Amino acid sequence: MSERPLTANIRSNAPPLTVAEYEEAGGYQALRKALTTLAPAEVTKLIKEANLRGRGGAGFPTGVKWGFVPMGADAPRPKYLVVNADEMEPGTFKDRLLLEGDPHLMVESMILSAYAIEAEIAYIFLRGEYVLAGKRVGQAIDEARARGYLGRNILGTGYSLQIYMHMSAGRYICGEETALLNSLEGKRAIPRAKPPFPQTSGLFGKPTIVNNVETLCNVPHIVNRGVEWFKKLSRTKNGGTKLYGVSGKVKKPGVWELPMGTTAREILEEHAGGMRDGLQLRGIIPGGASTEFLFEEHLDLMMDFDTVQQAGSRLGTGTMIVLDDRTCPVGMVHNLTKFFAHESCGWCTPCREGLPWLERILKALEDGKGATGDLEEIRTHVKFLGPGLTYCPLAPGAMAPLGSALNRWRDDFEKHIRERRCPWR
Amino acid sequence: MLTEEIKHEIEAEAERFERKQAACIEALRIVQMHRRWVDDESVRDIASVLDMSPDEVDSVATFYNLIYRHPVGRHVIRVCASVSCWLLGYERLLDHLIQRLGIAVGETTADGRFTLLLNQCLGACDHAPALMIDQDQYQDLDVANVEAVLEHYQ
Repeated sequence: MSERPLTANIRSNAPPLTVAEYEEAGGYQALRKALTTLAPAEVTKLIKEANLRGRGGAGFPTGVKWGFVPMGADAPRPKYLVVNADEMEPGTFKDRLLLEGDPHLMVESMILSAYAIEAEIAYIFLRGEYVLAGKRVGQAIDEARARGYLGRNILGTGYSLQIYMHMSAGRYICGEETALLNSLEGKRAIPRAKPPFPQTSGLFGKPTIVNNVETLCNVPHIVNRGVEWFKKLSRTKNGGTKLYGVSGKVKKPGVWELPMGTTAREILEEHAGGMRDGLQLRGIIPGGASTEFLFEEHLDLMMDFDTVQQAGSRLGTGTMIVLDDRTCPVGMVHNLTKFFAHESCGWCTPCREGLPWLERILKALEDGKGATGDLEEIRTHVKFLGPGLTYCPLAPGAMAPLGSALNRWRDDFEKHIRERRCPWR
Repeated sequence: MLTEEIKHEIEAEAERFERKQAACIEALRIVQMHRRWVDDESVRDIASVLDMSPDEVDSVATFYNLIYRHPVGRHVIRVCASVSCWLLGYERLLDHLIQRLGIAVGETTADGRFTLLLNQCLGACDHAPALMIDQDQYQDLDVANVEAVLEHYQ
């Protein structure tokens, strides 16, 4: 069996490791090593060389991001590290496993990453619904502080860091990093214009790094085991392992840490046990709600950032949602569009007005009240809510499954209009 | 009027930020934890503690899904309405709850026991359908087993 560093300590149906158990398993050694033998810039260099890419969905190289933070005595202070633990992408349940299963890995990752950018304060921005994760991470923070890993003069090295937890009051757009920063400042979570980028002007206008949970949890392992080890975990040029998940009507839905580049077929058939009896696969959304559908002919693709992008979709969060042949594709994209319409922050017109309009059209189709011209209306919206025409990626993300569903299953959409009913009901 | 206890809790949160207005969401959460929902008077009181205008506080309060600006029952049921739960038939579960409780989504039972709401993805997609009641999550639900869950909440 291949190595699975992120989930090695996670035992099913058992409480997470205590600080003593985590230390026993090699925990906090990476922190000790970095703080006593590596300069902050050397940690960033390691992450850059490992080519760790963001696991929140965008796949941006983490070390490059860190490299934009002003360093040294003249840098604006305080600097901030923020963990994006606002896992609200529909169909996504991977960070939750790490937060609940190994909270000390999260805490060690935060301290180490904060050290790399010389941050004084770190926040963990956690979904309000993740109550158990909040309790466990909160306890891990307290235990780490009591052990001298956190607070003033960590391990006698002179480096100091405070970690605070913010439980979100709930809004999907908080997953977008600049909206998250506004939310952390106590405001409505409306995205900010970029530039300036958070790396130079983020939380309270200070240099800030925002990273996803899974992304950061790789950092201690890269420091401990090295760049070459990290690259070899993967089957492709995109290094490391990946948490892959499957939901929908498969035999064994779940989430697994596998080599980056594991094929969709292996994930679906070997790990998720294949489709439930009597059902055929019709399509998958590979990485949370805001990615384009992939189909049977894509199942042997390696699920990494570059390959999935070349196939016309995105790896996204790596948690795929499966559509079967007994479920209506129009109904599915209606559910997704309803979600995005509800969660639009309302700041820019195409998103605020366009998404509810689309939701009404799709509902009419489902209710047997579709009209000739509806599909052209959808097509037009997919274009005008697309990349570059809205303030942030929310609406383009919403158009990804909708546009690809209409392309692939136009017959199914037309049948709703022709027969004045949903053929699946 | 905010109690001294609530006020102290808000002020403690405010110290963790560079600007105290940043604790606005924490303040709303604290009030709600004590009072179940946030009324107009609390909005004005939070504004005064954090040196904000009541409208600023309300603009934040009304933005977020988990802040209630209307009264809710003793227990709040939040049914996950996202795509994985949709695929596994959350609508049947929801219809059952609507029938069983005799209320529509957004309403509270006459005895004040339950408020029924929808929630966006609860991150329990491998155990769909799922719902939360207050701070507790329940998974792999259906019309048959949801009844026993409701019994815990009187």
